[in-house]
Amino acid sequence: MIAIVDYGAGNLTSVKKAFDWLGYECAITSDPAQVAKATKVVLPGVGHFASTDVLDRSGLRDAIADAIARGIPFLGICVGMQWMFEHSQESPETRGLGLFNGECERFPASVKSPHVGWNSLQINPASRLFGGVPASSFVYFTHSFRAPLTDATAACCEYGGRFSAAVERDNIFGVQFHPEKSGEIGKQLLRNFCAL
Amino acid sequence: MLTKRIIACLDVDAGRVVKGVQFASLRDAGDPAELAKAHAASGADEIVLLDISAAHQRRATLLDTVRRTAAELFIPFTVGGGIRTLEEAAAVFSAGADKISVNSAALADPALITQIAERFGSQAVVVAIDAKRSSSKGSWEAFTQGGRTPARRDAVDWAREAESRGAGEILLTSMDRDGTGAGFDCELTHTVSDSVRIPVIASGGAGGAQHFVDVFRDGHADAALAASIFHYGFSQISELKQELAAQQVPMRWPC
Repeated sequence: MIAIVDYGAGNLTSVKKAFDWLGYECAITSDPAQVAKATKVVLPGVGHFASTDVLDRSGLRDAIADAIARGIPFLGICVGMQWMFEHSQESPETRGLGLFNGECERFPASVKSPHVGWNSLQINPASRLFGGVPASSFVYFTHSFRAPLTDATAACCEYGGRFSAAVERDNIFGVQFHPEKSGEIGKQLLRNFCAL
Repeated sequence: MLTKRIIACLDVDAGRVVKGVQFASLRDAGDPAELAKAHAASGADEIVLLDISAAHQRRATLLDTVRRTAAELFIPFTVGGGIRTLEEAAAVFSAGADKISVNSAALADPALITQIAERFGSQAVVVAIDAKRSSSKGSWEAFTQGGRTPARRDAVDWAREAESRGAGEILLTSMDRDGTGAGFDCELTHTVSDSVRIPVIASGGAGGAQHFVDVFRDGHADAALAASIFHYGFSQISELKQELAAQQVPMRWPC
């Protein structure tokens, strides 16, 4: 069962709907015990980085860290991916999980913010998450902060400078864009994650 | 490169699309769910469903329409028309909308924008502005109640306030151009777009591919919305996107 972690940030309907449509069993949960039993864990997230503070208080942070340590495939989406880094300028006192080094930062004043719409990716051909996804595919973004490039960057995107659109290492994956809103490309990516 | 978005708008009355698009493949050209899916398959970057039903009919049909339309849609889906409270917005989100669009209710109570943004994120709040050119040159007035009532607010000023209260996008309709097919109001669009940092969706007046090129280049629009244009000239959004891509407008094409 895929656990979709609910920490009260935004609307998880469309994430669940996508897994349902693909035919994978999933459940929205805020219970650390459910996360502990899951075969895969998805951390969606829209809204503010500070909303991830709930993960600390509810025991979900430990349940997620423990699942990752056991090799359970984990996917962070949008703010869920940003939380995989150490910090975000959006809420400097909030602690990310620190799986990747660096801090999420604001877009420069030279571009409109939030970054909303379909942007093209440069995909690392070795990525498992992007298996079968054509090079320079378009995906749907909506965010005001962005993650830096790292050696785990699986796809990068250009908007007022280059940033990590996706990260990938061992059993941990993160996407800044919304696969559940990115048409056929997004479905392929979720299928790849489900098949891990 | 961030592409310019082409947004297909479905005007829905009592659960049926009015001014519907003719897709040969559809069993039922008035069904919002079928039309949304067909538009997505044809290359629409986003779907907006605008409920124009009378208030007493709206509650009964809207949530069911949203649920059925969202079920098989994997591109962003905005729902607007008559959403007046945080609770109504919450119900529309849980039925499957990704964003909601507010217009008259936000003008009447601008705090509604902040309430929805705080709970669902700014990315989920589109403020729709119906703007009409006023007698003084280079200024526009916002209207409410589907364009029937002047709001006594300068449209540009209201767009700025909406941004500061937490709107994630502005859906800007030119009342002067709406339904004319004479082209988008590029002056209005660039005046608003250059005054805010959030994306602006241009609406009203689309009649041909060149109008889209103009509103992206001269109107500084981030996205353009149309409904009835697909009656005239373009049976499919894919044709429009190919033509815009050929004119060097950044498009998600092929999808």
